Amino acid sequence: MNEARAVLKKQMIDTRKNKAVLIQFILFPVMTIVMTLLVKMDDMPEFFYLKLFSVMYLAMAPITSMSAIISEEKEKGTLRALMMSDVSGAAYLLGIGLYDFFCCMACTVLMSRVCGLEGDVWRDYLWIMAMGFLISIVLGSAIGVLSKNQMNATSLSVPIMCVFSFLPMIAQFNSTVEKIAKFFFTEQIYLALNREKSVKMDIEGISIVMANAILILIFFILAYRKEGLKKN
Amino acid sequence: MIQAMNISKSFNGKKVLDKITMEARDGEIFGLLGPSGAGKTTLIRVLTGQLQFEEGDAFVMGKSVKELKGKDKKQFGIMMDDFGLYDRLTCYQNLRVFADVYGVNDEDIYEVLKEVRLEGAEKKEASKLSKGMKERLRLARAFLHRPKVLFLDEPTSGLDPQTANEIHDMILKRKNDGCIIFLTTHNMHEAEKLCDRLVLLNDGHIVEEGAPQELCLRYDHQKRIQVVMKDGRTRDYSFDEKSGEEIGRIIGSGNLLTIHSKEPTLETVFMELTGRRLEV
Ligand SMILES: Nc1ncnc2c1ncn2[C@@H]1O[C@H](COP(=O)(O)OP(=O)(O)O)[C@@H](O)[C@H]1O
Ligand SMILES: [Mg+2]
Repeated sequence: MNEARAVLKKQMIDTRKNKAVLIQFILFPVMTIVMTLLVKMDDMPEFFYLKLFSVMYLAMAPITSMSAIISEEKEKGTLRALMMSDVSGAAYLLGIGLYDFFCCMACTVLMSRVCGLEGDVWRDYLWIMAMGFLISIVLGSAIGVLSKNQMNATSLSVPIMCVFSFLPMIAQFNSTVEKIAKFFFTEQIYLALNREKSVKMDIEGISIVMANAILILIFFILAYRKEGLKKN
Repeated sequence: MIQAMNISKSFNGKKVLDKITMEARDGEIFGLLGPSGAGKTTLIRVLTGQLQFEEGDAFVMGKSVKELKGKDKKQFGIMMDDFGLYDRLTCYQNLRVFADVYGVNDEDIYEVLKEVRLEGAEKKEASKLSKGMKERLRLARAFLHRPKVLFLDEPTSGLDPQTANEIHDMILKRKNDGCIIFLTTHNMHEAEKLCDRLVLLNDGHIVEEGAPQELCLRYDHQKRIQVVMKDGRTRDYSFDEKSGEEIGRIIGSGNLLTIHSKEPTLETVFMELTGRRLEV
């Protein structure tokens, strides 16, 4: 636990100075808040921007930040130094993952509050976002574990992130894409956020999200078995 | 104590370490002297449990490196090229990360910073440090938790002589505090100055071992004496009676400037044994 805390603390200090990662955390929340406060159109649905950007945020921020952080530590050899000082792979990932989760959730709480969500809807929205972040964080970790350096990580994370974040958008306009998009957790979260008056996920949605979570976890375990954090 | 017994290691079918057997004793600086590509870094990786190997076994403080646990690793201080620094963190913050892992307090961080002469630079970002300062910060990280065993992989390679000398002093100070230090280098002067005992490593083989001075004497086949006279003449003599008389006459005439026995250097010993130079 000491080790995970040390890693988390390190990441807190580092992110303040790491603009590439920092921007991942604040880009969508800032955009959401700014657009909501400034760009109002007639007969625009309630929470339009929040609902639009939340899914993109949860698909992009954790995947890019986790993979960027882990792969940079691999490239620079700081991870190797940590491992030799007896920080286990699990403690390391826990530290970085927890940090990532807290950042994403803090920004999400803030932006949804500023946009005016409250009560039960707010609570349900936060639960669903939290679940989405966790899945994305595992996916981002898997990419980081698989990548030897930052270049590697970017070339893997960008396409994966695009699939998960853009499918729900395209699905709105194209019924063929919609049929496929249905099987991605981000589409299910998008649908849950975009109901009338409430934020809710039906049984089908929950099953699909769970199936996604399990597959991504398996992907992570395979990646970890193959590459680990100590190899090379 | 650090022991290697018949260690062999291959990469892609190519033998990089071939039946390495050596022993570094408590309280000494043990050197691994060899040219680039000899297998020095690979041996450190093996001894610190970072790399698996095919044959033999190695023991550090009585424990097989195959069975090293976290607790054992916390007794090691390791400095190698590919153990990087956090570029965006300051010197202090870089050490803080590892201090948190080891449970080292602030006071000790500042003491180590002082020991490697980075006091005053503690708020400087690692990316803005000079090469010598970076190296000293990496040394500080290896010293931080006062480990009993230090592994230093070419700690002064590429540094200017003055910084290298400073680092030598820091290493010698650790030795006086009772650390066992395993050091690799391709620089014979460094090996001569620091090491109590060393092995010469070439192409994964140990070609010779002993104390630096003892090695040089062992390979002193010619046993020559060089005399430089005040009038500028230089003459070589062998170790025999006739030379003694002549040298005596020169001393008697007051014409002697310097007189040295000409033992080989570690480099010439290495050359004789392998036909290769240490540095290219
Ligand atoms: N991970 C690796 N994969 C393949 N070959 C390696 C690897 N590490 C080292 N080698 C090879 O092993 C030999 C010894 O390398 P090394 O131990 O780094 O030498 P030194 O530290 O003495 O310069 C070199 O020929 C090097 O190319
Ligand atoms: Mg080396």
